[in-house]
Amino acid sequence: MPSNDLLPSEQPVQLLDQTGSRVVGAAGDFPSDDAMLRAHEALVVGRRINEQAYALVRQGRLAVYPSSYGQEACEVAAALVMGDRDWLFPTYRDVVSIIGRGVDPVETLTLLKGDWHCGYDPVEHRVAPQTTPLATQLIHAVGVAHAATLRGEDTVVMAMCGDGATSEGDFHEALNFAAVFKAPVVFFVQNNEYAISVPLARQSVAPSLAHKGIGYGMPGERVDGNDIAALLSVLGAAVDSARSGGGPQLVEAHTYRMQAHTNADDATRYRQDDEVEKWQDRDPLLRSEAYLRSRDLLTDERTSEIAAAAEAVATAMRDGLMVDVEPDHADLFTHVYAAPTPQLREQQAFLADELSREEAR
Amino acid sequence: MAEHEKITMAQAFNQALRDAMAADESVLMFGEDVGALGGVFRVTDGLTAEFGDARCFDTPLAESGIVGMAVGLAMNGMRPVVEMQFDAFAYPAFEQIVSHVAKMRNRTRGALTMPITIRVPYAGGIGGVEHHCDSSEAYYVHTPGLTVVAPATVADAYTLMREAIASPDPVVVLEPKKLYWSKDEVDLDEAQPGIGRAVVRREGTDATLIAYGTSVPIALEAADAAAAEGRSLQVVDVRSLVPFDDETVCAAVRSTGRAVVVAEAPGFASVSSEIVARVTERCFHHLAAPVRRVTGFDIPYPPPKLEHLHLPSVDRILDAVDTLQWDDV
Ligand SMILES: Cc1ncc(C[n+]2csc(CCOP(=O)(O)OP(=O)(O)O)c2C)c(N)n1
Ligand SMILES: [Mg+2]
Repeated sequence: MPSNDLLPSEQPVQLLDQTGSRVVGAAGDFPSDDAMLRAHEALVVGRRINEQAYALVRQGRLAVYPSSYGQEACEVAAALVMGDRDWLFPTYRDVVSIIGRGVDPVETLTLLKGDWHCGYDPVEHRVAPQTTPLATQLIHAVGVAHAATLRGEDTVVMAMCGDGATSEGDFHEALNFAAVFKAPVVFFVQNNEYAISVPLARQSVAPSLAHKGIGYGMPGERVDGNDIAALLSVLGAAVDSARSGGGPQLVEAHTYRMQAHTNADDATRYRQDDEVEKWQDRDPLLRSEAYLRSRDLLTDERTSEIAAAAEAVATAMRDGLMVDVEPDHADLFTHVYAAPTPQLREQQAFLADELSREEAR
Repeated sequence: MAEHEKITMAQAFNQALRDAMAADESVLMFGEDVGALGGVFRVTDGLTAEFGDARCFDTPLAESGIVGMAVGLAMNGMRPVVEMQFDAFAYPAFEQIVSHVAKMRNRTRGALTMPITIRVPYAGGIGGVEHHCDSSEAYYVHTPGLTVVAPATVADAYTLMREAIASPDPVVVLEPKKLYWSKDEVDLDEAQPGIGRAVVRREGTDATLIAYGTSVPIALEAADAAAAEGRSLQVVDVRSLVPFDDETVCAAVRSTGRAVVVAEAPGFASVSSEIVARVTERCFHHLAAPVRRVTGFDIPYPPPKLEHLHLPSVDRILDAVDTLQWDDV
């Protein structure tokens, strides 16, 4: 491939401008009306998930929540461009993507509720456990993709991370491995301008994060991360290319973390409110709604159907998370090894005895 | 005693960093979110404002890079202090710590030294989700060349951090997250025993509880509870895991003839097993019963809803004390 083809476009790909109008002369396939409607519905649901999770944190039902508020277009597009047999490798921030892949919201939130580490079956859903140690999951994604190639499957792997995570060594090893083995992986970086308090400028002085692809012989592309049409187009093309043997791609979405890193973070210590306000107008939901309305695709009836669907997900989350799951102490020991060591059996019996004596008291 | 303001352990660490940076221009503080934010636990609060971005700064997000750069800075006259944001997020730096930080002096027959302080907020009891509550001390203490301290009091937080930064060798400072907001009225100028010294926190005559870091307050609580039941428990705070103060710990155990080691890390091949071995080797003829341990189970750190079952508790300590063959007396 000529090396220039590996470079991203000068500006992030945009198909819809901030007012929801189509950008004249934009490259890339514009999604069908149907795809846009589906995506908009997913955006509304995604926003509702973020709002509900925020409320649940305040009620003490979730231990912590790293919100994707404002980044829903990235979350939704990543899930929508994937096929049934594809794998998703999400981070702690990608709850909306995981639910978008069909995982039950309550199972998805088990980790953040604090009941167990991973609450869903990764194999059943082809969604890896949400990963907190930054960038470490990206190299697993390459392994899963390479195994698919070896087994003759046409699986594509969507590997997600943030802008900060691109500084970790594992990010670079993953890109290089993927390129060398021509693994069908789409590396999807949500550049939301911050890694907790640290702005992008402290992570990288490259022209863009997407420029990191060329060093590994991999095409990089950048896309407006608040433009659902552009995301569907760019990520969709990357998935198609990977599936048809074109190897891995790096996609950087330019977006913004509208809320603090998590509920435990105080963003006023490191950024100004007016910076956040500037991004209000770029809200991905405003854009998709304006576009669909301008084309008379979003009837009032459809709008209320969508609102009802979002409400149903929120209700399921609320009801599910209000249930106090009685923790089973045996869980502590059952899954450390295929068969517990003699020491673990002893420790399990010790705890059981302790608890029964407590109960008898 | 003069009146002193109550400060938190996090503030004591902060003051130690501040004073060390003021005293020596070669002291640098860097890591993830240590600048404008002041660290996720606010331990570096205000340091960038006071000393500038050249002295206290955020780095790109890469722990191996952070420690690797500290090695180079130390090779060229600096005294780096680095923050690993959480225990489990220090693992990407493991190669740099084990292969270079710990070995450089030895490899070069002392020509290159590593006066580096590696700050590691460690352990659990804070309701943290996975990878935020590891007790990783065994990895460090098993690596010759590293000094490892685990302060448990506000005063020790200050003293041991100052000593760590002043040390000619690399020091891992295990900062007990659970105790960051514990408060005490302390005179920071008052000299505390330094690195390498254990301290008897509470006198007692019947048995000795040996603890460090997050487990010290629980051991003290257990001693209070035991006193109410008429049993006098002595509490030793190990403070310095490497070098280990055999003298103080063993003198304490000999004085009571019974001992329980308390630590929240998994017990297998751990600091607690090392302590039992050392005490048994040195105090065997003074012991009325085998030395017991109350530790975390040999499992990955549990999720928030289950952690209370894993962590050493007052009851578990008292149960262990009860098994120390009192009938034979
Ligand atoms: C190896 C590792 N180091 C540090 C952390 C602590 N940490 C959690 S999230 C985060 C910032 C990540 O920023 P970015 O990759 O941009 O993702 P975002 O949170 O913005 O989605 C940090 C430093 C971690 N989880 N893993
Ligand atoms: Mg980010």
